[in-house]
Amino acid sequence: MTTRIVELRRGILKKNDELAAGLRASYATAGVLVLNLVSSPGTGKTAFLEWTLRELKARGSRVAALVGDLETDNDARRLAASGAPVRQINTHGICHLDAEMIGKHLDGWDGVTLGGLDYLFIENVGNLVCPSSYDLGEKIRVALLSVTEGEDKPLKYPTLFNSADAAVITKMDIAEPCGFDRETALTNINEIRPGIRIFETSAKTGAGMEEWFGYLAEQRANPRA
Amino acid sequence: MHELSIVSSVVESVTEALAALPDSSRGARVLEVRLRVGALASVVTESLEFCYGIASEGTPLEGSRLVIQVLPVVMHCEPCGQDVELEGVQSFRCPCCGEPCSEMRQGRELEIESFEIDEVEETA
Repeated sequence: MTTRIVELRRGILKKNDELAAGLRASYATAGVLVLNLVSSPGTGKTAFLEWTLRELKARGSRVAALVGDLETDNDARRLAASGAPVRQINTHGICHLDAEMIGKHLDGWDGVTLGGLDYLFIENVGNLVCPSSYDLGEKIRVALLSVTEGEDKPLKYPTLFNSADAAVITKMDIAEPCGFDRETALTNINEIRPGIRIFETSAKTGAGMEEWFGYLAEQRANPRA
Repeated sequence: MHELSIVSSVVESVTEALAALPDSSRGARVLEVRLRVGALASVVTESLEFCYGIASEGTPLEGSRLVIQVLPVVMHCEPCGQDVELEGVQSFRCPCCGEPCSEMRQGRELEIESFEIDEVEETA
């Protein structure tokens, strides 16, 4: 018996990465800014997105959202109240969205084409671990953290926070009763992702949302990938 | 949590690569598969090993070893003008000068490096 080593040097998620590269190219061609929102379950991604869709739409932007959950279309129905087109992706047990699911749900989406959009928001499955491995072709990955979760969340989940382009702190309206230590939270986010843009928001009062909309407009105007 | 889908993809890739080998290697058995996994790849190595046994069952990889090399995070430090290895993933500051670093050079790898096969000797 002789043994032999076969070099492979192949990315395990190569198939996803290739599909994501294709999506990224089609987003760029269409001129749509695509964002991937990632957080734990219960951080308030949907509430944050409800406000974002409603306001952007009211200001004349063309927006749409894809929303991932294991089961139910509850979030899609909530988001659709904004008047924006929303499509639910049910993963049936899978803990993250991948590029193939995004591609499939962009195809045959009634009345929605990438070229007809300014912004496409992808609300990932609530999970701070697995979504970080899967590129969806997005330009901006947003990590969200609520004031109820503890200031050390970025230290506990460095992979996700380190791969994010922007961070959003949600539920700032209840920061005080929760004993939220703002300085520590900001320091921790910066330890894991130095220099990242951080937005302190509330989807109840609208606090911090103007800054967020300013950032979105800036990112859209900036063609650099 | 997504380790099973990751090892399934490993099994699939190695099986494909095996089928693409020249005829002389036909019928070869896989003895070992070597992975390179970055410290920030967000996978648990123990969980990969556990799932590997299940995912490789009934394939040419059944019974083979999974060897995982964990790669530390390497960042580029602007002020120092060099690549620096981090001691952990709790702080993304240069261990030499203490400045924050944002350019990653290594740490997210998730790849199959190689696999080892035994070749069945041709018998006359």
